[in-house]
Amino acid sequence: MSKVSIRDLTYSYAGAPSPSLSGVSLDLPVNAITVLFGPAGGGKSTLLRLINRLNDLVEGTSRRGQVLLDGEDLYAPGVDVTALRRRVGMVFALPLPLPGTIRDNVVYGPRLAGVRDRGRLAEIAERSLRQAALWEEVKDRLDASAFSLSGGQQQRLCIARSLALEPEVLLLDEPTSGLDPISTAKVEGSLFALKESYTIVMVPHSVQQAARIADRAAFFLGGELIEFGEGQQVFTAPREKRTEDYITGRFG
Amino acid sequence: MTARLVVQRLGFLLLGLAALIVIAPILVVVAGIVVRGIGAISWEFLAGMPRSGMKEGGILPAIVGTLLLTLGTAVVAVPVGVGGAVYLSEYARDTAFTRAIRLAIVNLAGIPSIVYGLFGLGMFVLFLRFGTSILAGSLTLAIMTLPVVISTSEEALRAVPTEFRTVAASLGGTRWQGIRTVVLPQALPGIITGVLLGLLRAAGETAPILFTVAAFYLPQLPHSPLDQTMALPYHLYVISTQVPGMPPGVQNGTAFVLLALVLLLNFAAAWIRRHFRRRRPW
Repeated sequence: MSKVSIRDLTYSYAGAPSPSLSGVSLDLPVNAITVLFGPAGGGKSTLLRLINRLNDLVEGTSRRGQVLLDGEDLYAPGVDVTALRRRVGMVFALPLPLPGTIRDNVVYGPRLAGVRDRGRLAEIAERSLRQAALWEEVKDRLDASAFSLSGGQQQRLCIARSLALEPEVLLLDEPTSGLDPISTAKVEGSLFALKESYTIVMVPHSVQQAARIADRAAFFLGGELIEFGEGQQVFTAPREKRTEDYITGRFG
Repeated sequence: MTARLVVQRLGFLLLGLAALIVIAPILVVVAGIVVRGIGAISWEFLAGMPRSGMKEGGILPAIVGTLLLTLGTAVVAVPVGVGGAVYLSEYARDTAFTRAIRLAIVNLAGIPSIVYGLFGLGMFVLFLRFGTSILAGSLTLAIMTLPVVISTSEEALRAVPTEFRTVAASLGGTRWQGIRTVVLPQALPGIITGVLLGLLRAAGETAPILFTVAAFYLPQLPHSPLDQTMALPYHLYVISTQVPGMPPGVQNGTAFVLLALVLLLNFAAAWIRRHFRRRRPW
């Protein structure tokens, strides 16, 4: 069953010579990790940001085609964008803790959504930090500044911050690009656990990572979807010559 | 020593000299006023009413007047200025309209203060019938201060990286929630600094209050915003140029008080900037 469906999506930024995405159609299944990979500038990050409408913040763009969440058009008039972003969480390449304590960061989203009860917020904080495999490391210093954490911990804090809203879909844009191998392994480990209950879409920071964690893999090149299939198939027996060239390192 | 080193030494020397030229007059002025003025400071001078044609007694009404005018300026200029800056930095798109607003702000900052005084006279004193009053004076000073407050606040807001707004939005925050919880707190030190610098200028200005509020000689404290009042900069002007036979102690003492007030605000601005910068995450 597909959670998110992309239908013939074409998208351009102002002043760009060619569209960032052209005619992309894609079904993202539930309870699986779908990776979007390919060389830089292929439209992966743009596609991620279209799934929770973060690109609304960019001016002068044009879009054709549809993005459906549970069959509903996200760009239909009257869609509550803030509610949508609570359903579709996002983690960015650079961990960016908000000013404040570790606890403040985790419960930032629920607080904005109107949760005031301290007990409820404490529950949310613990659950999210456990899901992001950070709880054991920070449980005794939840009131320390979020900036006192290491880079790897900050990124897991950002994952916990997204999970605090109990999103249905989790988008990750190169979440381990700034992390050492140990932190990367921890993040990947928590993603494996999370896919049991979430739909995960991730732009990996390397082909190796893509191959490690992908249930489904989509190869993007110059704004076009070249190949989409089971992770194992795409990385061991790609159907497209261009996918094979990229995976084996002949370009990109 | 190689030629490059000589050039470098020479360069440093010239730069140091330039810095000295900037600092020296300030030091001379401050030192001169402190040395001559501090002797005139007494409890009676700070807390007493002026007597015998301002040649004796204190300058309390002028001190209170300046404090009230500065407060009045802040009450008007801070919400309007910071609100305008938030609009320009966070909401407004780049249109002909917003470009016109920005152009107006830049031009307003360049207008001589006497022109603000005349505008205040026409607009607040006469047209709106506030009379020569603290209200009219505060509004005039506020309009003069607005460009500084708006442009420094806007700069402080823009200095907050966009990513913070994106993160707030990605966690289901509305634009305003992101501004209130993430952007404004981080821009606050810059905003406070800008506000203080603007108020500083307002506190020291003579021309805008000349026709709108300042009383030549009024040995009593104001009772309502519609009263006239004395004010330090104008008082200094008056006792320095308009009244013959003024004892120099009174002049120097008044200058000292005005300077101390302005420097105090200045140090407050510097301290706030330093204090918050250490807590800034990036």
